[in-house]
Amino acid sequence: MPSKQDILDLQFIDARHKLIDLAAFLDRIDRHPGADDHRFAALKSAIPLLLAERPDRAKAVLEAFSDHSVHLPQSAAFQGATGAALPQE
Amino acid sequence: MKYIEPHAHMVSRTTDDYEKLALAGCEALCEPAFWAGFDRSSADGFYDYFRQLTEYEPKRAAKFGIKHFSWLCINPKEADDPGFAREVMSLIPQFLDCPSVLGIGEIGLNKNTRNELTIFEEHVQLAVDRDLPILIHTPHLEDKLKGTRLILDSLASFSKLDRAKVIIDHVEEHTVGLVLDSGYWAGMTLYPESKCTPNRAIDMLEIYGSERLWMNSACDWGVSDPLAVPKCALEMKKRKHSAAEIERIIYQNPRDFLSQSPRFQL
Repeated sequence: MPSKQDILDLQFIDARHKLIDLAAFLDRIDRHPGADDHRFAALKSAIPLLLAERPDRAKAVLEAFSDHSVHLPQSAAFQGATGAALPQE
Repeated sequence: MKYIEPHAHMVSRTTDDYEKLALAGCEALCEPAFWAGFDRSSADGFYDYFRQLTEYEPKRAAKFGIKHFSWLCINPKEADDPGFAREVMSLIPQFLDCPSVLGIGEIGLNKNTRNELTIFEEHVQLAVDRDLPILIHTPHLEDKLKGTRLILDSLASFSKLDRAKVIIDHVEEHTVGLVLDSGYWAGMTLYPESKCTPNRAIDMLEIYGSERLWMNSACDWGVSDPLAVPKCALEMKKRKHSAAEIERIIYQNPRDFLSQSPRFQL
Protein backbone atom coordinates (compact mmCIF):
# COMPACT_ATOMS: atom_id res chain seq x y z
CA MET A 1 0.00 0.00 0.00
CA PRO A 2 1.39 3.43 -0.88
CA SER A 3 2.32 5.83 1.95
CA LYS A 4 0.74 9.21 2.62
CA GLN A 5 3.77 10.71 0.93
CA ASP A 6 3.22 8.56 -2.16
CA ILE A 7 -0.44 9.65 -2.38
CA LEU A 8 0.52 13.30 -1.93
CA ASP A 9 3.11 12.98 -4.68
CA LEU A 10 0.56 11.40 -6.97
CA GLN A 11 -2.51 13.49 -6.29
CA PHE A 12 -1.82 16.73 -4.38
CA ILE A 13 -1.72 18.93 -7.47
CA ASP A 14 -4.98 17.45 -8.72
CA ALA A 15 -6.69 17.96 -5.33
CA ARG A 16 -5.34 21.52 -5.12
CA HIS A 17 -6.67 22.21 -8.61
CA LYS A 18 -10.13 20.91 -7.69
CA LEU A 19 -10.27 22.93 -4.47
CA ILE A 20 -9.35 26.16 -6.25
CA ASP A 21 -11.93 25.40 -8.92
CA LEU A 22 -14.58 24.96 -6.22
CA ALA A 23 -13.55 28.25 -4.58
CA ALA A 24 -13.80 29.99 -7.95
CA PHE A 25 -17.26 28.47 -8.50
CA LEU A 26 -18.46 29.91 -5.19
CA ASP A 27 -17.05 33.32 -6.16
CA ARG A 28 -18.68 33.07 -9.60
CA ILE A 29 -22.12 32.36 -8.20
CA ASP A 30 -21.78 35.27 -5.75
CA ARG A 31 -20.65 37.62 -8.52
CA HIS A 32 -23.47 36.88 -10.94
CA PRO A 33 -26.97 38.36 -10.70
CA GLY A 34 -30.17 36.57 -9.78
CA ALA A 35 -31.13 34.07 -7.15
CA ASP A 36 -29.37 30.80 -6.46
CA ASP A 37 -31.33 27.66 -5.61
CA HIS A 38 -31.39 24.55 -3.44
CA ARG A 39 -28.34 23.12 -5.19
CA PHE A 40 -26.09 25.97 -4.07
CA ALA A 41 -27.43 25.77 -0.53
CA ALA A 42 -26.78 22.02 -0.49
CA LEU A 43 -23.24 22.56 -1.76
CA LYS A 44 -22.45 25.10 0.95
CA SER A 45 -23.97 22.85 3.60
CA ALA A 46 -21.75 19.97 2.53
CA ILE A 47 -18.46 21.88 2.48
CA PRO A 48 -17.90 21.78 6.28
CA LEU A 49 -17.95 17.97 6.03
CA LEU A 50 -14.58 18.17 4.29
CA LEU A 51 -12.95 19.28 7.52
CA ALA A 52 -14.72 16.78 9.74
CA GLU A 53 -12.42 14.33 11.51
CA ARG A 54 -13.98 11.16 10.11
CA PRO A 55 -12.84 8.41 7.72
CA ASP A 56 -15.88 8.59 5.40
CA ARG A 57 -16.13 12.19 4.20
CA ALA A 58 -17.04 11.20 0.63
CA LYS A 59 -19.93 9.08 1.93
CA ALA A 60 -21.07 11.93 4.18
CA VAL A 61 -21.07 14.42 1.29
CA LEU A 62 -23.06 12.01 -0.89
CA GLU A 63 -25.56 11.52 1.92
CA ALA A 64 -25.84 15.28 2.38
CA PHE A 65 -26.93 15.65 -1.26
CA SER A 66 -29.35 12.69 -1.06
CA ASP A 67 -33.12 12.62 -0.93
CA HIS A 68 -34.04 11.27 2.50
CA SER A 69 -37.81 11.43 2.00
CA VAL A 70 -39.87 8.28 2.47
CA HIS A 71 -42.84 9.21 0.29
CA LEU A 72 -43.23 7.28 -2.99
CA PRO A 73 -45.09 9.20 -5.70
CA GLN A 74 -47.21 7.17 -8.10
CA SER A 75 -45.35 8.65 -11.08
CA ALA A 76 -42.52 11.10 -11.64
CA ALA A 77 -43.09 14.84 -12.05
CA PHE A 78 -39.90 14.99 -14.15
CA GLN A 79 -37.31 12.47 -15.34
CA GLY A 80 -33.93 13.94 -14.43
CA ALA A 81 -31.94 14.62 -11.28
CA THR A 82 -30.51 17.96 -10.17
CA GLY A 83 -27.70 16.68 -7.94
CA ALA A 84 -29.22 17.85 -4.66
CA ALA A 85 -32.50 16.88 -3.04
CA LEU A 86 -35.32 19.37 -3.30
CA PRO A 87 -36.21 20.93 0.06
CA GLN A 88 -38.94 18.99 1.84
CA GLU A 89 -42.34 20.72 1.72
CA MET B 1 -3.60 -6.43 -20.53
CA LYS B 2 -6.89 -8.23 -21.16
CA TYR B 3 -10.11 -7.04 -19.63
CA ILE B 4 -13.90 -7.29 -19.84
CA GLU B 5 -16.10 -4.22 -20.19
CA PRO B 6 -19.22 -5.42 -18.38
CA HIS B 7 -21.44 -2.40 -19.05
CA ALA B 8 -21.24 -0.36 -22.25
CA HIS B 9 -23.92 1.16 -24.47
CA MET B 10 -22.26 0.62 -27.80
CA VAL B 11 -25.31 1.57 -29.86
CA SER B 12 -24.34 5.13 -28.88
CA ARG B 13 -20.67 4.77 -29.79
CA THR B 14 -18.75 4.88 -33.02
CA THR B 15 -16.97 2.01 -34.71
CA ASP B 16 -13.72 3.82 -33.85
CA ASP B 17 -14.55 3.18 -30.21
CA TYR B 18 -14.66 -0.56 -30.86
CA GLU B 19 -11.16 -0.26 -32.29
CA LYS B 20 -9.95 1.65 -29.22
CA LEU B 21 -11.48 -0.96 -26.91
CA ALA B 22 -9.80 -3.76 -28.85
CA LEU B 23 -6.44 -2.00 -28.79
CA ALA B 24 -6.78 -1.55 -25.02
CA GLY B 25 -7.27 -5.29 -24.52
CA CYS B 26 -11.05 -5.62 -24.30
CA GLU B 27 -12.01 -9.24 -24.95
CA ALA B 28 -15.74 -9.00 -24.31
CA LEU B 29 -18.33 -6.41 -23.51
CA CYS B 30 -21.88 -6.48 -22.27
CA GLU B 31 -24.60 -4.07 -23.30
CA PRO B 32 -27.67 -3.63 -21.09
CA ALA B 33 -30.83 -2.19 -22.62
CA PHE B 34 -31.22 1.44 -21.58
CA TRP B 35 -32.71 4.85 -22.27
CA ALA B 36 -31.77 6.28 -25.66
CA GLY B 37 -31.66 9.87 -24.41
CA PHE B 38 -35.26 10.36 -25.44
CA ASP B 39 -38.51 8.49 -24.86
CA ARG B 40 -39.46 6.08 -27.64
CA SER B 41 -42.94 6.64 -29.01
CA SER B 42 -43.97 3.01 -29.41
CA ALA B 43 -43.10 -0.53 -28.47
CA ASP B 44 -41.98 -1.00 -32.06
CA GLY B 45 -39.03 1.26 -31.27
CA PHE B 46 -37.96 -1.23 -28.61
CA TYR B 47 -38.41 -4.16 -30.96
CA ASP B 48 -35.93 -2.55 -33.34
CA TYR B 49 -33.62 -1.73 -30.42
CA PHE B 50 -33.65 -5.35 -29.17
CA ARG B 51 -32.79 -6.49 -32.71
CA GLN B 52 -29.93 -3.99 -32.77
CA LEU B 53 -28.63 -5.36 -29.46
CA THR B 54 -28.94 -9.03 -30.40
CA GLU B 55 -28.14 -9.03 -34.12
CA TYR B 56 -26.26 -5.94 -35.23
CA GLU B 57 -23.94 -5.03 -32.35
CA PRO B 58 -22.48 -8.56 -31.95
CA LYS B 59 -21.44 -8.40 -35.61
CA ARG B 60 -19.96 -4.92 -35.27
CA ALA B 61 -17.97 -6.00 -32.20
CA ALA B 62 -16.80 -9.22 -33.85
CA LYS B 63 -15.01 -7.21 -36.56
CA PHE B 64 -12.61 -6.14 -33.80
CA GLY B 65 -12.35 -9.52 -32.11
CA ILE B 66 -14.61 -8.49 -29.24
CA LYS B 67 -17.43 -10.72 -28.02
CA HIS B 68 -20.66 -8.80 -27.51
CA PHE B 69 -23.38 -9.84 -25.04
CA SER B 70 -26.60 -8.07 -24.07
CA TRP B 71 -29.21 -7.73 -21.34
CA LEU B 72 -32.84 -6.95 -22.13
CA CYS B 73 -35.58 -4.94 -20.40
CA ILE B 74 -37.43 -1.68 -20.54
CA ASN B 75 -35.23 0.79 -18.66
CA PRO B 76 -36.62 2.49 -15.54
CA LYS B 77 -36.77 5.93 -17.12
CA GLU B 78 -39.34 4.70 -19.64
CA ALA B 79 -41.04 2.34 -17.19
CA ASP B 80 -43.11 4.98 -15.38
CA ASP B 81 -46.08 4.21 -17.66
CA PRO B 82 -46.96 0.62 -16.67
CA GLY B 83 -49.20 0.00 -19.68
CA PHE B 84 -46.47 0.98 -22.11
CA ALA B 85 -43.84 -0.86 -20.09
CA ARG B 86 -45.83 -4.09 -20.17
CA GLU B 87 -46.28 -3.77 -23.92
CA VAL B 88 -42.50 -3.58 -24.28
CA MET B 89 -41.96 -6.39 -21.79
CA SER B 90 -44.19 -8.65 -23.87
CA LEU B 91 -41.54 -8.44 -26.62
CA ILE B 92 -38.70 -9.63 -24.42
CA PRO B 93 -39.36 -13.42 -24.26
CA GLN B 94 -38.92 -13.85 -28.02
CA PHE B 95 -35.38 -12.43 -27.68
CA LEU B 96 -34.32 -14.33 -24.56
CA ASP B 97 -33.26 -17.35 -26.61
CA CYS B 98 -30.79 -15.32 -28.68
CA PRO B 99 -27.30 -16.76 -28.18
CA SER B 100 -25.78 -13.52 -26.84
CA VAL B 101 -28.50 -12.54 -24.35
CA LEU B 102 -27.32 -13.01 -20.76
CA GLY B 103 -30.25 -11.89 -18.66
CA ILE B 104 -32.58 -9.09 -17.60
CA GLY B 105 -31.17 -5.56 -17.30
CA GLU B 106 -30.58 -2.83 -16.68
CA ILE B 107 -33.77 -2.67 -14.69
CA GLY B 108 -34.14 -0.55 -11.58
CA LEU B 109 -35.48 2.80 -10.55
CA ASN B 110 -35.10 6.36 -11.84
CA LYS B 111 -37.26 8.73 -9.75
CA ASN B 112 -38.28 6.14 -7.18
CA THR B 113 -41.97 5.99 -8.10
CA ARG B 114 -44.53 3.29 -7.39
CA ASN B 115 -44.95 2.71 -11.13
CA GLU B 116 -41.21 2.16 -11.62
CA LEU B 117 -41.14 -0.19 -8.64
CA THR B 118 -44.04 -2.25 -10.02
CA ILE B 119 -42.32 -2.73 -13.38
CA PHE B 120 -39.00 -3.44 -11.64
CA GLU B 121 -40.61 -6.26 -9.68
CA GLU B 122 -42.27 -7.70 -12.79
CA HIS B 123 -38.85 -7.83 -14.45
CA VAL B 124 -37.33 -9.54 -11.40
CA GLN B 125 -40.10 -12.13 -11.50
CA LEU B 126 -39.42 -12.74 -15.19
CA ALA B 127 -35.75 -13.36 -14.39
CA VAL B 128 -36.52 -15.58 -11.41
CA ASP B 129 -38.99 -17.64 -13.46
CA ARG B 130 -36.31 -18.27 -16.10
CA ASP B 131 -33.34 -18.47 -13.72
CA LEU B 132 -31.60 -15.56 -15.44
CA PRO B 133 -28.99 -13.18 -14.01
CA ILE B 134 -30.15 -9.62 -13.30
CA LEU B 135 -28.33 -6.33 -13.83
CA ILE B 136 -29.79 -3.45 -11.81
CA HIS B 137 -29.42 0.27 -12.41
CA THR B 138 -29.56 2.50 -9.34
CA PRO B 139 -30.86 6.07 -9.72
CA HIS B 140 -28.80 9.12 -10.41
CA LEU B 141 -27.38 11.65 -7.96
CA GLU B 142 -29.73 12.63 -5.13
CA ASP B 143 -32.09 9.75 -5.90
CA LYS B 144 -29.48 6.98 -5.59
CA LEU B 145 -29.56 6.35 -1.84
CA LYS B 146 -33.35 6.17 -1.57
CA GLY B 147 -33.59 4.11 -4.76
CA THR B 148 -30.93 1.65 -3.65
CA ARG B 149 -32.74 1.09 -0.35
CA LEU B 150 -36.05 0.57 -2.19
CA ILE B 151 -34.43 -1.91 -4.57
CA LEU B 152 -32.86 -3.87 -1.72
CA ASP B 153 -36.16 -3.96 0.19
CA SER B 154 -37.97 -5.14 -2.92
CA LEU B 155 -35.42 -7.85 -3.77
CA ALA B 156 -35.68 -9.19 -0.22
CA SER B 157 -39.29 -10.14 -0.92
CA PHE B 158 -38.27 -12.60 -3.68
CA SER B 159 -37.67 -15.79 -1.72
CA LYS B 160 -36.44 -17.74 -4.77
CA LEU B 161 -33.95 -15.08 -5.89
CA ASP B 162 -30.31 -16.19 -5.97
CA ARG B 163 -28.46 -13.10 -4.76
CA ALA B 164 -25.22 -14.29 -6.34
CA LYS B 165 -26.87 -13.83 -9.75
CA VAL B 166 -27.74 -10.18 -9.17
CA ILE B 167 -25.44 -7.21 -9.73
CA ILE B 168 -26.50 -3.78 -8.49
CA ASP B 169 -24.69 -1.20 -10.54
CA HIS B 170 -23.55 2.42 -10.18
CA VAL B 171 -22.74 2.10 -6.48
CA GLU B 172 -20.93 4.94 -4.74
CA GLU B 173 -19.52 5.37 -1.26
CA HIS B 174 -22.96 5.75 0.34
CA THR B 175 -24.46 2.63 -1.28
CA VAL B 176 -21.65 0.12 -1.85
CA GLY B 177 -21.77 -1.21 1.71
CA LEU B 178 -25.55 -1.62 1.61
CA VAL B 179 -25.31 -3.71 -1.56
CA LEU B 180 -22.37 -5.90 -0.56
CA ASP B 181 -23.69 -6.49 2.97
CA SER B 182 -26.94 -7.76 1.42
CA GLY B 183 -25.05 -10.42 -0.54
CA TYR B 184 -25.31 -8.97 -4.03
CA TRP B 185 -22.59 -8.09 -6.51
CA ALA B 186 -21.86 -4.37 -6.89
CA GLY B 187 -20.76 -2.44 -9.98
CA MET B 188 -18.78 0.79 -9.91
CA THR B 189 -19.31 3.05 -12.92
CA LEU B 190 -16.44 5.31 -13.93
CA TYR B 191 -17.79 8.59 -15.27
CA PRO B 192 -15.95 11.86 -15.82
CA GLU B 193 -18.63 14.03 -14.14
CA SER B 194 -20.87 11.83 -12.04
CA LYS B 195 -20.88 8.43 -10.36
CA CYS B 196 -17.25 7.36 -9.62
CA THR B 197 -13.84 8.63 -10.56
CA PRO B 198 -11.14 6.00 -10.92
CA ASN B 199 -9.54 7.04 -7.64
CA ARG B 200 -12.82 6.81 -5.72
CA ALA B 201 -13.45 3.36 -7.19
CA ILE B 202 -9.98 2.28 -6.08
CA ASP B 203 -10.69 3.69 -2.60
CA MET B 204 -13.78 1.47 -2.40
CA LEU B 205 -11.74 -1.53 -3.52
CA GLU B 206 -9.19 -0.82 -0.80
CA ILE B 207 -11.89 -0.43 1.86
CA TYR B 208 -14.31 -3.21 0.88
CA GLY B 209 -11.98 -5.66 -0.90
CA SER B 210 -12.47 -6.96 -4.41
CA GLU B 211 -14.95 -9.74 -3.71
CA ARG B 212 -18.22 -9.32 -5.68
CA LEU B 213 -17.14 -6.01 -7.23
CA TRP B 214 -16.56 -4.99 -10.82
CA MET B 215 -15.99 -1.71 -12.60
CA ASN B 216 -17.36 -0.46 -15.89
CA SER B 217 -17.40 2.58 -18.15
CA ALA B 218 -21.15 2.51 -18.93
CA CYS B 219 -20.13 4.56 -21.96
CA ASP B 220 -23.16 5.91 -23.77
CA TRP B 221 -24.37 9.02 -25.59
CA GLY B 222 -23.53 11.27 -22.62
CA VAL B 223 -20.27 12.45 -21.09
CA SER B 224 -18.47 9.13 -20.70
CA ASP B 225 -15.25 7.37 -21.64
CA PRO B 226 -15.19 3.93 -23.27
CA LEU B 227 -11.61 3.48 -22.02
CA ALA B 228 -12.45 4.25 -18.40
CA VAL B 229 -11.75 0.69 -17.22
CA PRO B 230 -8.17 0.40 -18.59
CA LYS B 231 -7.49 3.96 -17.39
CA CYS B 232 -8.60 2.93 -13.90
CA ALA B 233 -6.34 -0.10 -14.15
CA LEU B 234 -3.47 2.30 -14.82
CA GLU B 235 -4.41 4.31 -11.71
CA MET B 236 -4.41 1.07 -9.71
CA LYS B 237 -0.90 0.38 -10.93
CA LYS B 238 0.19 3.89 -9.88
CA ARG B 239 -1.27 3.15 -6.43
CA LYS B 240 0.83 -0.02 -6.22
CA HIS B 241 -1.91 -2.58 -6.74
CA SER B 242 -0.39 -5.79 -8.06
CA ALA B 243 -0.96 -7.14 -11.54
CA ALA B 244 -2.98 -9.98 -10.02
CA GLU B 245 -5.21 -7.56 -8.11
CA ILE B 246 -5.81 -5.54 -11.25
CA GLU B 247 -6.59 -8.61 -13.32
CA ARG B 248 -9.04 -9.82 -10.70
CA ILE B 249 -11.14 -6.67 -10.81
CA ILE B 250 -11.09 -5.98 -14.55
CA TYR B 251 -11.18 -9.55 -15.86
CA GLN B 252 -11.69 -12.36 -13.35
CA ASN B 253 -14.56 -10.84 -11.39
CA PRO B 254 -16.72 -9.93 -14.38
CA ARG B 255 -15.96 -13.31 -15.91
CA ASP B 256 -17.00 -15.08 -12.70
CA PHE B 257 -20.30 -13.22 -12.47
CA LEU B 258 -21.15 -13.32 -16.15
CA SER B 259 -20.26 -17.01 -16.48
CA GLN B 260 -23.35 -17.74 -14.40
CA SER B 261 -25.02 -17.46 -17.78
CA PRO B 262 -24.00 -20.50 -19.86
CA ARG B 263 -23.99 -18.21 -22.89
CA PHE B 264 -21.02 -16.20 -21.62
CA GLN B 265 -18.23 -18.06 -23.37
CA LEU B 266 -14.93 -16.33 -24.15
